[in-house]
Amino acid sequence: MAENIIIELKNVSKHFDQTYAVDNFNLYVKKGEFITFLGPSGCGKTTTLRMIAGFELPTEGQILLNGEDITLLPPYKRPVNTVFQKYALFPHLDVYNNVAFGLKLKRVPEGSKMRRLTTKEIDKKVKNALKIVDLEEYETRDISTLSGGQQQRIAIARAIVNEPEILLLDEPLGALDLKMRKDMQLELKEMHKKLGITFIYVTHDQEEALTLSDTVVVMKDGMIQQIGTPEDIYNEPKNAFVANFIGESNIYSGTVTGDKKVRFINHTFDCVDEFPKNEKVDVVIRPEDVHITKEGEGMASGKIVSKIFKGIHYEYIMMVGRNELVIVDTRNLEVNKTYGFDIEPDGIHIMKKELTANIYNDAYIDKNNRVVISESAFECDITSLVPGSTLDEDGYVLGPDGVRYDFTDADVIATIGLDKIEILDDDEAGIVRGEIVSIIYKGDHYQLTIRTGEDEDFVLDTEYTYDENDLVGLSVKAEDIKLTLKGEAKKYAKK
Amino acid sequence: MSKNKFSLSDFLCKFYVYILLFVMYAPILLLIVYSFTDTKIIGKWGGFSLHLYKALFRDKEIMQAFANTFLVAVSSAVVSTILGTLGAIGIFYSGKRSKAFLEGLSNIPVMNAEIVTALSLTILFVFCGITFNFTTLLIGHVVLTIPFVVLSVRPKLMQMDPNIYEAALDLGATPSKALREVIVPEILPGVFSGFILSITLSLDDYIITAFTRDTAFQTLSTYVYGVTSKKGTLPPSLRALTTVITLIALVILIIVNIKSSKEKEK
Repeated sequence: MAENIIIELKNVSKHFDQTYAVDNFNLYVKKGEFITFLGPSGCGKTTTLRMIAGFELPTEGQILLNGEDITLLPPYKRPVNTVFQKYALFPHLDVYNNVAFGLKLKRVPEGSKMRRLTTKEIDKKVKNALKIVDLEEYETRDISTLSGGQQQRIAIARAIVNEPEILLLDEPLGALDLKMRKDMQLELKEMHKKLGITFIYVTHDQEEALTLSDTVVVMKDGMIQQIGTPEDIYNEPKNAFVANFIGESNIYSGTVTGDKKVRFINHTFDCVDEFPKNEKVDVVIRPEDVHITKEGEGMASGKIVSKIFKGIHYEYIMMVGRNELVIVDTRNLEVNKTYGFDIEPDGIHIMKKELTANIYNDAYIDKNNRVVISESAFECDITSLVPGSTLDEDGYVLGPDGVRYDFTDADVIATIGLDKIEILDDDEAGIVRGEIVSIIYKGDHYQLTIRTGEDEDFVLDTEYTYDENDLVGLSVKAEDIKLTLKGEAKKYAKK
Repeated sequence: MSKNKFSLSDFLCKFYVYILLFVMYAPILLLIVYSFTDTKIIGKWGGFSLHLYKALFRDKEIMQAFANTFLVAVSSAVVSTILGTLGAIGIFYSGKRSKAFLEGLSNIPVMNAEIVTALSLTILFVFCGITFNFTTLLIGHVVLTIPFVVLSVRPKLMQMDPNIYEAALDLGATPSKALREVIVPEILPGVFSGFILSITLSLDDYIITAFTRDTAFQTLSTYVYGVTSKKGTLPPSLRALTTVITLIALVILIIVNIKSSKEKEK
């Protein structure tokens, strides 16, 4: 198996200034595989690709090609070629010379010496490459006279003509319209089969990733979330992020109530995953795994409140109590009518809850008895650090035994519940402001992740709708911040 | 009613433009017209004659200054075009923060008073114990023109797809080869206009030339300044000289325009 691996990334990290673009990335790719890096913009997928191409050097870690370390090798010495997002064709050269560019620079061994390719050899290869991309008659055309799709094909021809060991594709279909994108997807898949080259593909389009790849690597914030086949990723998402990012899904907070039993949306369902009893979990249900039945039948019931015709099926939204359930069904059902529904046990996917509260390990108390999180000072109940204490008139904590404590600069762990953070539309109004970086809908509420300028994340639950990239303010009531002192209180006692 | 008002303001607009153009070009036209007559002062027409041109081309001092001016202009333009182009590419591909800093830094000489540049160069040369010669003059002109090369190359770089450099590396080109075969052909029009701009700036420069030249070395600007300050009046042959220089400038302008309109067609 080891000799089957063409490229391996070991503990690769890349930081720009203080932020991690890629964080401890480990991956191996088998020869001839079609692998896709999938994630939202800014997740580090392109940076990873650029490190494989040699345009960026990893801050830490190693990249091995056929077992050899190529971490520091410049791009022009690597047997990989790239298809760029905006094609990056050379406008001053015609189609033929664009494709021939790499071949003219190539040296091939002949006996003990290296020689250039002859004009004839180049000609044959260029013609062959143009044939593969179906643009044989375009040799003398100027790049600017080609359509976007044609330029894309030339960019692919220019890369594959060099017979690279790995072809890197950086969102190559991003600039094409939908119809052309679908056609090119099929052609790329065909090309991959024919050429037998390893393809590493970067995209933010989950459908593209599922259609094309043998293996999908889902990334978020520079970290791998899940590696697997398209089926694995879709059917067995590892966490709520993957489930939400790949395809439509219903995500709910649930509790395990017994052996293979889980309770969510106020009903208990059978499931196949085993979790300890009373564990808080995230539950994922794909819209196609819900089967609508007649009223009165089925495991539970709800009222259909919305119906959208999608061509092959209808998309319904059913209110089950306070929760929304998205369902797809080919039948034409009535809106505002109550139906029952069933969910097969293997249609209920249960994941460990990633986050039950916001925990800040590097918070500290400032001299005004406030807790500083992400460089912002929050009012808090500092007397909670010493049981039974009160605050004296000088602002010191007075213990029940009469000892006075000065907690200025004390390191604490601050814990804030997901439902305790108040979100404010006026981003200046809160104690801290930030940008919404992720939204996950959980049936009756949204789970938002808000990132501050200091790169600290606040996760909160809200019923209101926001958009990604919205700037919002956040505030927390003093009694809702739980403080835990690092070290003993004695250290802060005043003599 | 309103129609009438419109045409009046229209007329005023046009009138204003023509007045402006007239004020701009009248002195030059006057000089050109009076370069074809052999009178001491402008205003008296002494009949058509090419005498001033004959005298101009026979005047060894003027011809020497003429040759010197072009020598300085062309050589300084070559040097600053090469250095300025490389500099602009370097700035373009440097990191975000240093890019903004370097761009600002390269703009300062454009805004700065020329006299300051000239004085500081003089002080630098004296400080280093360098006697003024052709090289110091050349350095002076390169310093004067380099920011303008950077300024005219930059927009071409910004129009260019920044990924083509990486694409060339990806296809096996070494960095220097990628620069020569991919970047330079893309920005060539900007390089060319930077070169022309350098020549024209250098041609009519007086301040830096006066400060950094060897005193025996005369360019047209120092020569003209020399004779007018000595004699107090403009020698008639300079009228012919002005006409010749205007003609050269016109030719350059036409070449540049033809070239840029051809590019647009492309």
